[in-house]
Amino acid sequence: MVKIILKDIPDFDKIDVYEKHGGFSALKKVLKDMKPDDVIETVKKSNLRGRGGACFPTGLKWSFMPKGNEKPKYLLCNGDESEPGSFKDREIFEKNPFQFIEGSIIAAYAMGCKAIYCYIRGEYWKWINIMEESVAKAYEKGHLGNNIYGSGFSVDMYIYKGAGAYICGEESALMNSLEGKRGYPRVKPPFPAAVGAWGMPTTINNIETLANVPEIINNGPEWFASIGEPKHPGTLLFGISGHVNKPGVYELPTGIPLMEVIDKYAGGVLGGKPIKMVIPGGSSMPPLTREECLTMKMDNESLKAVGSAIGTAGVMVMDEDTDILDVLIRITKFYYHESCGQCTPCREGCGWMLRVLKRIKEGLGRHEDLDLLISVAENIEGNTICALGDAAAWPVKWTIRKFRPDFEKYIKEGEVVLTNPNKVHALRNSPEYNLNTDTSEYKEVEVRIGKTREEVDELRY
Amino acid sequence: MFENIKNHLFDDKELKVVENHLKKFPSKKSATLPVLWMMQEKYGYISEEAMEYIGQLLEVPSDHVLGVVTFYTMYFRKPTGKIHMQVCTNVSCMLRGGYDIYHYLSDKLKIKNKEKTSDGMFSIEEVECLGSCGTAPMLQVNNQEFYENLSVEKMDGLLEELKNKYGNLEYAKY
Repeated sequence: MVKIILKDIPDFDKIDVYEKHGGFSALKKVLKDMKPDDVIETVKKSNLRGRGGACFPTGLKWSFMPKGNEKPKYLLCNGDESEPGSFKDREIFEKNPFQFIEGSIIAAYAMGCKAIYCYIRGEYWKWINIMEESVAKAYEKGHLGNNIYGSGFSVDMYIYKGAGAYICGEESALMNSLEGKRGYPRVKPPFPAAVGAWGMPTTINNIETLANVPEIINNGPEWFASIGEPKHPGTLLFGISGHVNKPGVYELPTGIPLMEVIDKYAGGVLGGKPIKMVIPGGSSMPPLTREECLTMKMDNESLKAVGSAIGTAGVMVMDEDTDILDVLIRITKFYYHESCGQCTPCREGCGWMLRVLKRIKEGLGRHEDLDLLISVAENIEGNTICALGDAAAWPVKWTIRKFRPDFEKYIKEGEVVLTNPNKVHALRNSPEYNLNTDTSEYKEVEVRIGKTREEVDELRY
Repeated sequence: MFENIKNHLFDDKELKVVENHLKKFPSKKSATLPVLWMMQEKYGYISEEAMEYIGQLLEVPSDHVLGVVTFYTMYFRKPTGKIHMQVCTNVSCMLRGGYDIYHYLSDKLKIKNKEKTSDGMFSIEEVECLGSCGTAPMLQVNNQEFYENLSVEKMDGLLEELKNKYGNLEYAKY
């Protein structure tokens, strides 16, 4: 099986070992023999797609950067990696930091960037330290800094530590965070290639994307394009978690059958139970049912056909005893917590969805609640500045569509609940209610009566 | 640099580090996050006074610093316990018992989310995904080390281990 990033070479994270196995040869080749445009052409030809979730062609993204040097240009490396279920970048920092550093220097050369900023989430304390050391070593050996290898090209690389905000993985929020502000996403256009960090042309790439670049230069774009699915070539770092025997990160070619990933590499489902649901690419991606899993191939085009997407290839496996409602409540709680609060549909909608889902879980759900949830989700989707709104809406919308009976079993036929509206309202708006899973206090003010909706309506009038 | 400021919260060595941070970016404001990190590592949390001071260092309004501190979840506005345990309960951890760990700690130490024990030793926080899904369930201590592949049985031992390791931890006082 071809490995591009996580190679089976001991101590590959040491710079000497990396250099001995051909490390930095791609950078030397690029600086010596290739013009910046040739590099962009090569990456375009390889059909490398961004690994951060949107699958945007990397070469095309690079070609959007303006030519010339009137303004300083910046390359940002996105190591925020906060999507639940995704834990691949830390594997790169730990096992192959120099290939990523080399890839980002090549990218900086191709676009004429003055500086590289590598944004890593604040929780990755250990991996930030590793990267600080690795960058220092690359400076020592002359791979970074002024006039690299006497080519006249200079670039600096800095590590920037985040401070715990999911939204900073969004490219324009990351730029705001780098500028020392609150991590609010910006309205687009203007796009980062025109007005980015500090108002200058900027490109943002995922860590995994950049780590692929040296091997594309070394082995040629045709070699890369021939791996895996032609429309989405290369390998992916699959992060497998949840109910499997051997969770972890596995580098596998795109287009590999999902069941092979789970059974052969992740050691099968815990206790040999049947699968109930699989989330294929981090918690924001629409889930797959057991039947869909059986035939699914893991690349963006195949997943799109069933309404999902590859995302960050963080595969979460759930066995048949999993309560889908619990999972959806937890996912929605996450997006409610992480919404930055700029756009009303996302800020308010996530809270609404969370409260309705909790109501269903408590046995106080109404029949119209499921459709209400889908309606709220659809009104968030596409109506926000950034994709967090979509990320919150998709799991709700698609999980209810695909697993409706699992929700309906919580809603008892014909039962109606009367409440003390003022008290419930006050409670629901308290921060404790929104953030705590324990809602016993809330239950006390709900009064259940054994009458149907029609009977209650008659009583009211 | 910084001659006009009285009552420094950083010593000369730390001010050198701040100068280094300032060199990395085209604007002084960009150093807000790194300088806040330095402040928190030294004092354990970020006080009003510290925000004022950082505002002076970076020539930004202290309200801007307050805005940043309140946006990011990893900055603390009041002191935590010496051992601040951040337990992940997001989906991957939840599937493998993240809530069991959280509730076990909460019951054993008799503290709720973001509270600390009366002796100031332990505090717990329920946090979102920390990127450790393959080694779930897990917790992080003091924004730093990860403790992975946990189980309820291992928790008593872990608490002892943490007590030995961080029991004497002292932050500087404002």
